[in-house]
Amino acid sequence: MTPVPISWYLLLAAVLFAIGTAGALTRRNGIAIFLSIELMLNAANLALVSYSRLWDDHTGQLVVFFVMAVAAAEAAVGLALFIAIYRQRRTIDLNRINLMRW
Amino acid sequence: MSDDLAITVAKMAVMLGIMFNVAPIMNWVERRAAALIQDRPGPNRVGPLGLFQPLADAVKFLFKEDLTPNNVDKPLYLMAPVLALLPAFSTYTVIPFGPDLTIDGRTVRLVVADVDAGVLLFLALSSLGVYSMVIAGYASNNKFSLIAGIRASAQMVSYELALTVAVVATLMPVGSFHLGDVVAYQREHLWMALTQPIGFLVFIVCAFAETNRLPFDLAEAESELIAGFHTEYSAMRFAAFFMAEYTSMAALSALGVTLYLGGWSLPGVDLQGWPGAALGVAVLVGKIALCMMVFVWVRWSVPRFRYDQLMRLGWKVLLPLALLNAVAVAAMVLAGWL
Amino acid sequence: METAVFALFAFLALGSALVVVVHRNPIYSLMSLVLTLFSVAVLFVLLGAPFIAALQVLIYAGAILVLFLFVVMLLNLQREESPGGQAAQRWAAVLGAGLFGGMLATLFWRTYREVDTAPLSERLVSLHALARALFEEMLLPFEIVGLLLLVAVVAATVLARRVEP
Repeated sequence: MTPVPISWYLLLAAVLFAIGTAGALTRRNGIAIFLSIELMLNAANLALVSYSRLWDDHTGQLVVFFVMAVAAAEAAVGLALFIAIYRQRRTIDLNRINLMRW
Repeated sequence: MSDDLAITVAKMAVMLGIMFNVAPIMNWVERRAAALIQDRPGPNRVGPLGLFQPLADAVKFLFKEDLTPNNVDKPLYLMAPVLALLPAFSTYTVIPFGPDLTIDGRTVRLVVADVDAGVLLFLALSSLGVYSMVIAGYASNNKFSLIAGIRASAQMVSYELALTVAVVATLMPVGSFHLGDVVAYQREHLWMALTQPIGFLVFIVCAFAETNRLPFDLAEAESELIAGFHTEYSAMRFAAFFMAEYTSMAALSALGVTLYLGGWSLPGVDLQGWPGAALGVAVLVGKIALCMMVFVWVRWSVPRFRYDQLMRLGWKVLLPLALLNAVAVAAMVLAGWL
Repeated sequence: METAVFALFAFLALGSALVVVVHRNPIYSLMSLVLTLFSVAVLFVLLGAPFIAALQVLIYAGAILVLFLFVVMLLNLQREESPGGQAAQRWAAVLGAGLFGGMLATLFWRTYREVDTAPLSERLVSLHALARALFEEMLLPFEIVGLLLLVAVVAATVLARRVEP
């Protein structure tokens, strides 16, 4: 049983990252942008775990562990921000949250 | 290779046999027990003692008209019952159900998925159960269902925390995520329920919340939300939610039994070989059945919590208790008492 | 066998990732992100990281995305957004992301095409070795992440609290 080459995993990670980037740049709904960023983080995680497999070292997996913890913190604070903004503005469409722009 | 496959299939057959029979049996038990507690006869027309009632119900569910209301979000509406069944029927794979067997000179561990991170796998799969409720509530296009979905998501996440912390405390003295090791530890030492009574208590309370049973069935509170997230579902789709509820109750009971009540083992009885395996399955089923009876008993004895009370209990009582328990257990493990 | 599993879940991940980005209803985006995360978790198992895979499902799919779902339902965000106006901006964004992804992919392909992967070692899969690495080499980052989570909890509570008038 030949294992799948690591380069395939890395290619997949690159493509997922690109999809996430495109989403984060084109969407206007705050939640959708947030989801796209999570997708990018996950692509990076995939690359990290691939490296961990490639070099037979745990460090990649551990960094993924930390990325997940940071993503959890980020999600909690970000969603709280969205709720606070929604209370003020009744929308989280980023095009309409332009109070600071004149 | 084909031998391995056959063994895996046989192991799955044992566990699936248990899991598939839970819902029909519990259908009867729940209604008879409720009747007993409320001092009325309960279903007693179909068969002796009403024992064939589940069959009649199954036939009814199968032949009822399968309604899909207008204006529901169709793909999600159809997906939700499937999402409910998937985690309920996959978590049992990590539960060990007997001593190691030797077949043709090979040692076979009696657990379907013999993985290192067994407990984590269980928690991961069961944490996906919340999606079915939220999605069903959203897709139904009904404000009561939507409220139920919101309630379910907040409730499940809150209680999952305390549950996970309680589970972690049981793994500390064992030093392994493998449920087989947890059972092996309890065969040599005391049952975890005796050494960690507070953790056990937290686990039980969280199990009620995670399976959406009274006193925590806020997501389907009849008096407030009609039937909550499954209001718009009928026939087999409703039956799927019903089955998922009982199956996940059984799965969580199986986890509780394995972590706290010695799993398939009996204290003082050395289970070996084939008779031991058969007895192990029987002991496990018996313990699960006892837990299910507690579920039923509590359901018909305790009134429903209010939503703010539920949240307060989860965050301000159970989570601190679970954390305290974990710290205490860690200290005792360090001191070498456990 | 392994190749087949990889192909299946790689395509699942790609397809659902596209839906995440393209679908206008946030609930659908969210559910397909769950599918993406699950597929990537399966790939983690193939890469010899079952612990990370379980965490991925437990933390990401089981907790973080449920939080998202909660907020989407609470704010009742069914419809997308203003059209955004500038089509040129969108095309530029897609083009830029495509170029960047292409660059990354070329880089990866050139660097690692020739590299043969060693067979999966027992040590890499073992939970024990992972725990040792985490609590010995990475103890300080671990503690810092704990602190970060605490700060995030406080911040989220303060931000989301309803201000009394």
